[in-house]
Amino acid sequence: MTETFTILPILPELILIGSALALLIGAAFVGDRATVAISWLSVAALAVAAAVLAVPGVLAGSIMGGLYRADAFAAYAKVLIFAAAAASILIAPRFFNRNGTARAEYPILILLACIGMSIMVSAGDFLTLYVGLELNSLAAYVLASFMRQDERSAEAGLKYFVLGGLASGILLYGISLLYGFSGSTGFDGVANAMANGLNSGQLFGLVFVLAGLAFKMSAVPFHMWTPDVYEGAPTPVTAFFASAPKVAALALTVRVAIEALGPAGLAWQQVIVFIALASIILGAVAAIGQSNIKRLLAYSSINNVGFALIGLAAGTPKGVAAVLSYLAIYIVMTVGSFMCVLQMRDQEGRPVESIASLSGLSQTRPGLAAAFAIFMFSLAGIPPLFGFWAKFLVFDAAVAANLTLLAAVGIAASVIGAFYYLKIIKTMYFDPPAEAYEGTRGRVEYILMTAAATIVVLGYLLNPLLDRASATAAAALF
Amino acid sequence: MTGFPILSLMLAIPMAGAVACLFSGASTARWIALAATLADLVLGIVLWAGFDQSPAAPQWQFTEYAPIFGKFAWALGIDGIALMLIVLTVFLMPICIGASWEAIEKRVGEYMAAFLFMEVLMIGVFTAQDLYLFYIMFEAGLIPMYLIIGIWGGADRIYASYKFFLYTLFGSVLMLVAMLWMVNTANTTSIPELMAYDFPPHAQTWLFLAFFASFAVKMPMWPVHTWLPDAHVQAPTAGSVILAGVLLKMGGYGFIRFSLPMFPEASAQLAWLVFALSMVAVVYTSLIALVQSDMKKLIAYSSVAHMAIVTVGLFAFNQQGLEGAMMVMLGHGLVSGALFLCVGVIYDRLHTREIGRYGGLAENMPKYALFFLLFTMASVGLPGTSNFVGELLALMGVYQASSWVALVATTGIILGAAYMLYLYRRVAYGPLDKADVAAMPDLTAREILLLAPIAAAVLWMGVYPESFIAPMRADVAQIVARMDRAAPEGDAKLTAGKPGAAHAAEHGEAHAPEQHDAHGEAH
Repeated sequence: MTETFTILPILPELILIGSALALLIGAAFVGDRATVAISWLSVAALAVAAAVLAVPGVLAGSIMGGLYRADAFAAYAKVLIFAAAAASILIAPRFFNRNGTARAEYPILILLACIGMSIMVSAGDFLTLYVGLELNSLAAYVLASFMRQDERSAEAGLKYFVLGGLASGILLYGISLLYGFSGSTGFDGVANAMANGLNSGQLFGLVFVLAGLAFKMSAVPFHMWTPDVYEGAPTPVTAFFASAPKVAALALTVRVAIEALGPAGLAWQQVIVFIALASIILGAVAAIGQSNIKRLLAYSSINNVGFALIGLAAGTPKGVAAVLSYLAIYIVMTVGSFMCVLQMRDQEGRPVESIASLSGLSQTRPGLAAAFAIFMFSLAGIPPLFGFWAKFLVFDAAVAANLTLLAAVGIAASVIGAFYYLKIIKTMYFDPPAEAYEGTRGRVEYILMTAAATIVVLGYLLNPLLDRASATAAAALF
Repeated sequence: MTGFPILSLMLAIPMAGAVACLFSGASTARWIALAATLADLVLGIVLWAGFDQSPAAPQWQFTEYAPIFGKFAWALGIDGIALMLIVLTVFLMPICIGASWEAIEKRVGEYMAAFLFMEVLMIGVFTAQDLYLFYIMFEAGLIPMYLIIGIWGGADRIYASYKFFLYTLFGSVLMLVAMLWMVNTANTTSIPELMAYDFPPHAQTWLFLAFFASFAVKMPMWPVHTWLPDAHVQAPTAGSVILAGVLLKMGGYGFIRFSLPMFPEASAQLAWLVFALSMVAVVYTSLIALVQSDMKKLIAYSSVAHMAIVTVGLFAFNQQGLEGAMMVMLGHGLVSGALFLCVGVIYDRLHTREIGRYGGLAENMPKYALFFLLFTMASVGLPGTSNFVGELLALMGVYQASSWVALVATTGIILGAAYMLYLYRRVAYGPLDKADVAAMPDLTAREILLLAPIAAAVLWMGVYPESFIAPMRADVAQIVARMDRAAPEGDAKLTAGKPGAAHAAEHGEAHAPEQHDAHGEAH
């Protein structure tokens, strides 16, 4: 190993670690009074960490003997993760202040989760992967039960922890099988060992690893924790879960599939095709009966993971680029939708989560209803909104890779999904008005919501940029 | 042709109007919408006047091209077929706005915005020369129509809006997969280039079926027509007009632009399917129309029957058939739109669509009865009205392909006469014995202003159809030539008779190329 060690490629993570620790100490001394200041400092840290990615020399490729990859793919995912995390931090103070549970640890936990996710998307070795994933998960368990006096929140945390532990076990078992049958934990080493054909031990390892990752992505059949956790966790945390960790888990899966399991393409393609279709169909069908908006969005996220995975099933650079574009667009739509959900409060300021309470929103709060409708139509993939472009890309990649049947089934199932998105719009626009929500609006939420809605409507103008970024990022894997 | 982007302007005006309507009050929104649609009407007339119909003219005119990103391009352009449908659209739009002038009282700004957005998308569908641009326009039309039916519709509007949305969405997503495949294979998104590209015959079958799923729902063909009566009945009057007048034409336009020229072999192979479904539709939906007690439902079912005549004409694989289908589409667009307006007029007065609640209107509403009679006759296909020309041509065309189909499809005209005259008798004749019906005032100036232009157009199209057929002739001939290699042999075995003096005089010069075609077919 003649590689010279530099800290430049891991500078984003170092910045986050440094600020998380410093802010934690600060929080310990100043207490919860400093919540808002710490939130803004955390956002600043995320912004700096994202900006550092543009410094020449940071994208050094494979470093530390292959343990860590600082490439364009990781950088792309990190930007998305940091942006989503920053949004989740910004919306939190107002939400928690209402319950009197504002605590300075919240932004710090998100920072810690971000470090974990950063490591996940940069992993070049199964052990790096596991460390990153656990770092993210531990922060996430705490976040889920952040409102510890609230029974649902505590339950969500516990459920997430138990099932997450199980998934980690499955993943670790898969990793150990892969290690045992290929003699390496490095992605390159595993790929080399598989190059001459796949033995059954490796096949088992592959399936277990994918099962563990499917849990993190909340893909069917490992999705069952998602609705409960999304419903129980405080809304800003749910917004966080639905955005940043999704990106991290999907990006990680893409990297593992292409870099580590690349030679076994035919083997994992079947698994991914099944997971994708099952997620699309179950996510769509199960959402129909939901009456809680957060549960509905949980199923919607399962549904969306399925669509993104169709791009991975194609297994081509075009497919991977489609997954990345999909994630970018998905983040905008999801964060936007949750901004709308945060506005749902009754006259006393208590959060409301029932879909029925949205009745006639277009008459009581036309702006909010229009934004919500835009996100729903976009999530349903109706042109000319941006969500259509995301679906278009993955299906285009699938058809180009001769997976026409997969594309046809997937797209037909998206019609089922359209039904429940329409249900929300119907409730807001067609039904007679229910009791109005409280009048006060949060400035931050409104700015974020408007920005997201604008992107969803006019996003096609960003396409040249997005296309180039995802193509560059995808090329880093091949 | 000038380099002025007139098509983009036609899209930009209603779009700007839609945004302005969203942010303005009720009466301002009405005037903005009227101004925007009238401006588009003027542009449409300019377009028609400027359209080069000489034999040497290029097929695609007023073309614009600007690459946006990746495979997408802002490619617009029209041929004669698209031109006529655009003219139909811009002609009906101001009438729709006028029809909603007083009938719509709540959320006027949003309503007008939805209609103007709808106009953008309809014109976009007919002008798009990029496959994906077409798809976006085609699909995006679901959003405003869903809202129009759902917010301003009748009692059972929610069910109808869902049904409309999901039926049409399911149809068109399969088309998207086919489009992706086509672009990956042919490596171009340009519709004119794709129209000349030969896809392998085995793939054509699948592509045809995928497009068929979309257009058959839109058209609508039996058995996927059931969304239409629901949507029509629940939609507000102007919504029904635009739905019957233009949206249904998108299906026919799709067949003529995509299915026939792009997949000629598959079209020939599966023509039996189209014929079978159309024959069922003509007889079955006409019989259903006969027993309706709801006026709008009756007209909706009659639309399905008329559209079936369009589809048999399209798949006749000859000049008469295609021209006839186009003429039926144009004529039906006017007539069914006008009939829905007529229903709207009396619905606004009595707030019921129940046929039995009316009767004897000829006595207290003579002007209304006159217009209603004209449109009833046009719907039946009386010579001198628009539908006669189209139906006759379409049936003549299909007779060459299959005399059985022609036989069954022609019963549609007889049944059409039955249900339309029966409707007219129950509404306009009979004793004027209901007090509230007798109290209904005759047409207002506004309503006359809405119906009179359509009446004029219906008569124009019936008396001098050449104005409408001429721009399309060359384009239809091109499609017929394109399909020629796959055209199935007809069972009619027409042979040219001895051209007597009377015969020649009867047909005149205008029909000379068609005679030639018929002649060619026989050999």
